Amino acid sequence: MSVPQTVGVRPARKRRAFSVARWLRTFGTLIGFLIIVAIFWQQRPTTFMTVTNWLNITQQVSILGVVAFTMTVVMVVGDFDLSVGTMASLVGIIAGTLFQNEQPVAVAVVAGLLAGALGGLINGFLVSYVGISAFVTTLGTMTIFGGLALYISGGTTIFGRVIPEAFGNFGREGLVLGSITIPNLTLLALAVLVLTWFILEQTVFGRRLYAIGGNREASRLAGVRVRFLRLLAFVVSGLGAAAAGLMLASRLASANPKQGDGLMLNAIAAVFLGMTMSEEGEPHVLGTLVGVLILGVLANGLTQLNIDSYIQQILTGGIIILAVTLSSLSRRGQ
Amino acid sequence: MLLAVRHASKSYNGVPALTDASLELRAGEVHALMGENGAGKSTLIKLLAGVLAPDRIEVEIQGRPATLHSPQAAYGHGLRFIHQELNIVPQLSVAENVFLGQRYPAWFGTLVRWRTLNRRARDVLAMLGVHHIDPSERMARLSPGDQMLVSIARAFAGDDSDNGSRALVYVMDEPTAALTGHEVDLLFEVINGLKARGSAVLYVSHRMEEIFRISDRITVMRDGRVVGTRHAADTHPGELIRLMTGRTLQQVYPPRQTPVGERMRLTVRNLRSHAVRADAFDLREGEIVGVAGLNGSGRTELLRALVGADRRLSGEILLDGRRVSLTPAMAWRNGVAFVPEERRSQGLVLSRSVADNITLPGLAWLSRGGMLIDRGLERRTSRSLGDTVQLKMIGPDQTVRELSGGNQQKAVFARALTRTTRVLLLLDEPTRGVDVGAKVDLYRLIRELSGQGAAILMVSSDLPELIGMTDRILIMRQGVLVDEVPTAGLTEESLLSLCYGETAHERSTDGGR
Repeated sequence: MSVPQTVGVRPARKRRAFSVARWLRTFGTLIGFLIIVAIFWQQRPTTFMTVTNWLNITQQVSILGVVAFTMTVVMVVGDFDLSVGTMASLVGIIAGTLFQNEQPVAVAVVAGLLAGALGGLINGFLVSYVGISAFVTTLGTMTIFGGLALYISGGTTIFGRVIPEAFGNFGREGLVLGSITIPNLTLLALAVLVLTWFILEQTVFGRRLYAIGGNREASRLAGVRVRFLRLLAFVVSGLGAAAAGLMLASRLASANPKQGDGLMLNAIAAVFLGMTMSEEGEPHVLGTLVGVLILGVLANGLTQLNIDSYIQQILTGGIIILAVTLSSLSRRGQ
Repeated sequence: MLLAVRHASKSYNGVPALTDASLELRAGEVHALMGENGAGKSTLIKLLAGVLAPDRIEVEIQGRPATLHSPQAAYGHGLRFIHQELNIVPQLSVAENVFLGQRYPAWFGTLVRWRTLNRRARDVLAMLGVHHIDPSERMARLSPGDQMLVSIARAFAGDDSDNGSRALVYVMDEPTAALTGHEVDLLFEVINGLKARGSAVLYVSHRMEEIFRISDRITVMRDGRVVGTRHAADTHPGELIRLMTGRTLQQVYPPRQTPVGERMRLTVRNLRSHAVRADAFDLREGEIVGVAGLNGSGRTELLRALVGADRRLSGEILLDGRRVSLTPAMAWRNGVAFVPEERRSQGLVLSRSVADNITLPGLAWLSRGGMLIDRGLERRTSRSLGDTVQLKMIGPDQTVRELSGGNQQKAVFARALTRTTRVLLLLDEPTRGVDVGAKVDLYRLIRELSGQGAAILMVSSDLPELIGMTDRILIMRQGVLVDEVPTAGLTEESLLSLCYGETAHERSTDGGR
């Protein structure tokens, strides 16, 4: 009999590699974010790292943030909502049309939010009670909402004097604190962030949503009313889309039937970026915040570096793939 | 000597799972590996399979040192693994599953030659003595028992193809968990065939009868160490249990301490679903009633219809005399707790913590006003419920995925105790995959619960368990509740013949369908 050979001679190295992978998985995305910030800071030392610019960034990402934070809720349940972009456009058009008919701001806001909730209700009903996949359902309603926005507006942009001054000013003004002004939209996004975080992390509702996302059948058998809660998650994202649509219309002081469409892809991208930060790959709203900031800082910084907007788009896509790839590579060690 | 493993050690984050374990497999032997959950059996097998990197291990195969650093390496050395969790693709056909991961026969290397593939699959199945499974059938349409047979067939599939290495050692991890008696017989014939060919089988099971039926030698593990190897002929269940638990067991099934009450806890009339029909049955306070039947007789489906997990077509359910309409949510709210049959797919949210899982059905009353999470209360509750079922965990925040199978089952059990449970339903072999020591803990808990007045309805295919625990047994046959018998005086044989009914011998070829 020959001398037995020891094969497992790598314990120490293996364990260290494992913990590095674990650490990278949790903080990799955050580090990537800091590196991006550092590069822009180095490249534009006088303009990038200023309070004004950062407040500007928060305002720029506030609308995307609201969509992404509420999208997180749907993705926690294991679904997603493709209809948020056109819903935002549609709500802008609804508000604009009400303004054309000389309705007050409050009516437009309430009507817009109701439309969002109704859209979410339809999505949720189809997905949860009828049993159509979230992809197909929201692809369909995405197209419907987009069509409605074009139909109601006649394909034209609503702008100018029909938009009440108070509504148009809200998106451009802010809370003045001495020498700095915190944009209203930033505050609004912050409020949505805190609310979403509270709902997801601190309430029974949120806990059940995570359970559904983890194992739908087990949750149902454990007494969670899966169908109803899935429906509610879509209502949340519908409301978020509506709020974003109103914020966008306010900031631009106009309503274009296409202006919100692009929000959807970026919102989903932001949630995915955030998911790379959690141990189990679950969406968490604070992760989504980092995802939103990455996208916002990239847009802001690349613009300051005078990089062509088409190139910006290519870079952004590449960075999203890179982040998700690194995260799944480090996960493979398990 | 076919395979020798020496000094196998592995720890997770500093916690040892396997310490200096050694094992030898001889040609032509069936070697049983026993031990409680968490004793290190799975870890040892994973090291052999090359899916886990050891801290230390020495492996010799046919006298030559070998390294098992990857599943491919293990395969190349002639090791074959049949896992307890089915690794099948339900959407594919039987033949595709049998040859999964291997190159399918194809024209020009691209167009699959289906007829050849099916014929080869049929050959492999025939080698196992299985003739009733059609290779072109979708896997999803097979009974769990047949699915298991296919996944066993997969382990043999490589042998006769040109590029496959010859199999020396088969490692079977609880292969009979989902099998009926007849299917077990079939498997044992196959195993005897392997022995005759000079292969070795490492057979992991908790089922004492099977182990004594099939194995030549038995190795027992406890707390990550090998505590002894015995010849099957020289030992007895009592000794093995003592080795496994480190204590003697007076009785596996604790006797009833309190009499069955008079009050009706649960009354069921005219219960119908697409799968089952039960005209009437009752449960009294403190009573433990079993549900017996062959695989596919609707045992589990009866309870699923009762709690509304499957749609009821009709049914009147009275809980303590009050009419209730049960859905899973309503069931939990009314104190009807249940433990589903499949812990991983139906019981647990694996990605969440132990606390989250234990408190999931009870969130409404383990929170502030039914709305806000109360982490302190959750942790305390899950810790105390965990202690009750003797759940081994690092803490309530540990992810359930990281627990061993038996401890996962205990977590599902713990949840059913979150509130004063009035009726406890155990959907299918509540102790499946749980080691003897833990089983006894669960039996004791069931007894305690019944002593507090809860009525318990338990489905099981483990006949000694039914006979040992219940007061009465409901018999299911082909989806219909056909009989109800007092447990006293029943033997395994008499119970089994009740399950078969008069047609016992006619349907013996396929008990699972």
